Amino acid sequence: MIDNGTHNVVRLVDVVKVFRMGQQEVRALKGINLAIRSGEYLSIMGPSGSGKSTLFNMIGALDKPTSGRVFIDEVDVSQLDAYELAWLRCRKIGYIFQTFNLIQVMTAMENVTLPMIFAGMSRDEYVEKGMELLQLVGLAERYQHKPPELSGGQQQRVAIARALANDPAIILADEPTGNLDLATGEEIIGLLKRLSAERGVTIISATHDIKMLNVSDRVVWIRDGMVDRIEDREELKITVGEVG
Amino acid sequence: MKPAVERQVVLPWTQVVRISFNALRARLFRSLITTATLVLAGAFVAYTFAGYAILNGLWPHAPAELKEKILSSGYESFAGSFGSTPKDRWLIALSLLVCTVGIVNAQLMAVTERFREIGTLKCLGALDSFVIKLFVLEAAYQGLLGGALGSLLGVMVSTGTLFIKFGTGVLRHWPVGHLAWIVCWNTGLAMVLSFTGVLYPAWVAARMEPALALRTEQ
Ligand SMILES: Nc1ncnc2c1ncn2[C@@H]1O[C@H](COP(=O)(O)OP(=O)(O)OP(=O)(O)O)[C@@H](O)[C@H]1O
Ligand SMILES: [Mg+2]
Repeated sequence: MIDNGTHNVVRLVDVVKVFRMGQQEVRALKGINLAIRSGEYLSIMGPSGSGKSTLFNMIGALDKPTSGRVFIDEVDVSQLDAYELAWLRCRKIGYIFQTFNLIQVMTAMENVTLPMIFAGMSRDEYVEKGMELLQLVGLAERYQHKPPELSGGQQQRVAIARALANDPAIILADEPTGNLDLATGEEIIGLLKRLSAERGVTIISATHDIKMLNVSDRVVWIRDGMVDRIEDREELKITVGEVG
Repeated sequence: MKPAVERQVVLPWTQVVRISFNALRARLFRSLITTATLVLAGAFVAYTFAGYAILNGLWPHAPAELKEKILSSGYESFAGSFGSTPKDRWLIALSLLVCTVGIVNAQLMAVTERFREIGTLKCLGALDSFVIKLFVLEAAYQGLLGGALGSLLGVMVSTGTLFIKFGTGVLRHWPVGHLAWIVCWNTGLAMVLSFTGVLYPAWVAARMEPALALRTEQ
């Protein structure tokens, strides 16, 4: 392992993902190389079907690449056993989904504390931390409500609180604003930005949402399963400025 | 230096029991449908065997004309005791088979419906073994409840019909110990049936890559 001073939380090397459905083959990712630095806010942009969600699953160790390697904190994910993989998903990464994916039959509090229960925390600890996290996202008084009793924006805030439960180094979000209206989406983006600024969490978010660009440190443009270009914030201002 | 990746702890049973119990309670109506199948199968088996147990309890104390009545109403005694006939055993085997298919079907549906939840649990750090334990415990509660209810129902109906046919002697010589034993093993049988139904779908669901489980419709 070469340590060149900069710390890559995530590194993808020639990642290819092929889905086989009977005779047909879909090459969703065609050789992705990407290094994500610790603490940055990275957006993954691209048209529908370009492979953003597939890439999200690769980075989050939620699926296996057909070929290529994924490193998280310079550990090759394919070398991990089931226990290490569960630990990684539990402690290192917090996931946020477009469809929230809260457990419908559990209250907001139960949803938020679940990752801490899996991490082996004691009851006193996880109840206290759960309440803190709900406070952080402004839903402390709704802790006993179940997802069907909450609005979309509130559900997504519960999901963010849940993603933060074990103080992950990485927050992975797949279109976190995709099911929300403009104002609520902006609120969620603001919340993510705050987390990145205040806690130094690395945020990786796949999105269609142009508003995301303003808060991103870097934007990776995906087209047809390949990295089209990567832009820093400075370059972005120019291109977005030209567009607007 | 700590290793970059550690090993996930195995959740203690107390937590698994608590989580599975709450999960079942939250889906009470849904799980009652599965449980109903078990109640029916349990009731049928218990009804048959409780009938023989009650007759065996009554027989030594029965006056001659009652013995005559019992034999003439179609019960066959082998060497002074009543037991299941080949026909009974056939019926029981068939009903258990039908019930097993029903339970497998119900559990398969119940697990498939929850693929997405399983995917979410695994994203949050659940081990495959936790997912399997969760479903096996839920199946155990359903088996316990369905089996116990069914057995009691079977014993009650059996006692009632024999009481109507043969009078108060049925209650006076009611074989409590023997009937309790029938309720016990019959409940155990229902739990085994319930496990059989849930094990395979739970195993498949637990081993799925989370990405695939999350893609399914809720
Ligand atoms: N499990 C799967 N089985 C088969 N094909 C798949 C699977 N997952 C993704 N694909 C295919 O891979 C390609 C990329 O899909 P992906 O979901 O990554 O796109 P996306 O960029 O997230 O799109 P969107 O913006 O609409 O969410 C698509 O052609 C899709 O049909
Ligand atoms: Mg997508």
